[in-house]
Amino acid sequence: MIFLTGLAAVLLGRNLYVMLLRLPDEAMQGPIYRIIFFHVPSAWTAFTGFFAAMVASIIFLAKKDLRFDALAVSVTEVGLAFGAANLITGMIWGRIIWGIWWTWDPRLTSMLICWLLYLGYLMLRRAVEEPIERAKLSAVLSIFAFADVPVVFFSIKWWRTQHPQPVVWAGGSMDLAMWNMLFLNWVPLLLLGVVLVAVRMRQEEAERELAALRRRAHAL
Amino acid sequence: MIALQAQGVWKYYGDYPALRDLNFTVDTGSCLALLGRNGAGKTTLLRILAGLSKPTRGRATLFGQEVREQGTRRRIGVLGHGIGVYDELSAFENLCLFGRLYGVQDPQKEAIEWLRRVGLDRVKDGLVREFSRGMRQRLAVARAFLHSPSVLFLDEPFTALDDRAVTILQDLLQDARSEGRTIIISTHQLPEALRLATHVLLINQGRLAFCGQRTSEMVDNPGVLYRLFAEA
Amino acid sequence: MAFVRHILVVAWKDLHLELRTKEVINASLSFALVILLLFSFAFDPTAEQTREISGGLLWLVFAFAGTLIVNRSFSRELSNDCLDALIVSPVSGAALFLGKCLGNVTLLLAVELISLPVFGAFYNVPWTRQFCPLFLVLGLASWGLAIIGTMFSALTANLKLRELMLPVLVYPLMIPGLMAAIQLTTPLVAGQPLSGDLLGWLKLLVGFDVIFTALALALVETILVG
Repeated sequence: MIFLTGLAAVLLGRNLYVMLLRLPDEAMQGPIYRIIFFHVPSAWTAFTGFFAAMVASIIFLAKKDLRFDALAVSVTEVGLAFGAANLITGMIWGRIIWGIWWTWDPRLTSMLICWLLYLGYLMLRRAVEEPIERAKLSAVLSIFAFADVPVVFFSIKWWRTQHPQPVVWAGGSMDLAMWNMLFLNWVPLLLLGVVLVAVRMRQEEAERELAALRRRAHAL
Repeated sequence: MIALQAQGVWKYYGDYPALRDLNFTVDTGSCLALLGRNGAGKTTLLRILAGLSKPTRGRATLFGQEVREQGTRRRIGVLGHGIGVYDELSAFENLCLFGRLYGVQDPQKEAIEWLRRVGLDRVKDGLVREFSRGMRQRLAVARAFLHSPSVLFLDEPFTALDDRAVTILQDLLQDARSEGRTIIISTHQLPEALRLATHVLLINQGRLAFCGQRTSEMVDNPGVLYRLFAEA
Repeated sequence: MAFVRHILVVAWKDLHLELRTKEVINASLSFALVILLLFSFAFDPTAEQTREISGGLLWLVFAFAGTLIVNRSFSRELSNDCLDALIVSPVSGAALFLGKCLGNVTLLLAVELISLPVFGAFYNVPWTRQFCPLFLVLGLASWGLAIIGTMFSALTANLKLRELMLPVLVYPLMIPGLMAAIQLTTPLVAGQPLSGDLLGWLKLLVGFDVIFTALALALVETILVG
């Protein structure tokens, strides 16, 4: 794990150097466009996390092994963190370029809705005490939520094509060097994600041990 | 013939094993008294056997089939802690409803017959919400027996029954036994259950402590069971 | 077929109980009508504004009123352990679930069909012109709301803070379905026929219903049998 963190730090350092000093400014947007190298990979990482959560949930329902529930909650929380990063960087970009904090940009809006969906997941977990019941209910919610993700994106995009609003990064062609950087920056973010998930899973493991010990202590 | 079989049944709540490695069979026509202290796992086991919950490991089968099969569920009658009838429907409507759900031929006729057998025929159109506690219990008994189940599960049936209801239930259980139905009663009221029972299963802290025929010594001196095995 | 019979028996039971107690239908209907009237006072929209917002207003009202209806679907079975009695019976989890959805959709449609004339009268919209397509949209969107709401009612039946949980979980999931319903209802209520672009939204609504009905049926047995 320390190795992964170290690797992530090194890659990130190298990327930042290239980003800030080597890549040229984009034609229309000036220096702020560099935020996209965090904005977009954060979204990719978040959705990788949500997908992993769905898979872990399905496996949990099949096997009833609580370790998969620990995995599901860990990747969901990390996904939420990266989702928040995506939303915040998007808002910063919007503020600088358009002067407004929020636009109903299709991708930002969809991410916000998915973010709320998975926040509901965390709230549901808070409300259930018995571990297997909690795992079962949140697994079901996780599956429903991920099934909704593509539908949300599709419907919001369509809605916005009917009422166009300012868009965060309207696409268009990007220099090859920038595409490379986009993917290259995804790697350290993913690594960071993996590290955070591992830490969180260890925390879940410790929680379970504590609960078992507490129960044993009460029984004495 | 084997009516019920539990093979390697474990049930975990979180990391806590409520039931540990239960293995036993129940023959058709026998009456099993499921005994144990509070928290021993009787209700958990009963819920698994009746199909209300799934074991974490192992399986429970009824007449060789999985308990959750539709055909199997038609042959089960359950009298649990709650009465399982709707407050805002009348006694007659409740029984007709369950009759229809269980695929009973002519549910109305059966409903009226069972209301008579439990002594509720005069209040058949009264809403359950207005019934006394004893009347509600009797209606619950009618609901459990309505579809002539082959296997009956009763969880603490004699608790909080008034005298009339106790008599009715005991008569019904005697009839059921003579008709060859299989009965499983979970209780910690030993005298009534032991009198009816042919076999006894004692659970202690989720484990099977004793499984065998009910002897006359047990009826005369119920405490002997606990003293012998619950200390283990 | 026993499956269909069970669905109908469960739906009838829920509707019968509801008609007797009028627990949710009164609250839901009053809420819908009051909000529609309040909105008219609060904003006093012109004809043009009304035309633009009609879909949104109607579906926000129906979504909130709908939550009042589905909220109690499974939790009302908990008293007297009726839910256990149903699970033990030969009724499959899927039949129980679909029966409850059917009951909920019927109640929701009743609220909607009573609200529409009131809306039409107070806001002056020609909602009867495209009634058949409008009814189709009402039915499809209400089904989506019922499926998701009933599903989550089953999930949250036992929880404290159930009243809070259900809206928090259901509304984000419903957004695509609500969006489609809104986009379709606005022109239909104004008397414009379905065409072109709008058919795409209809397809989205149908797809939404199909996906979530399938998912719900696949997962319901797991939720009900602990």
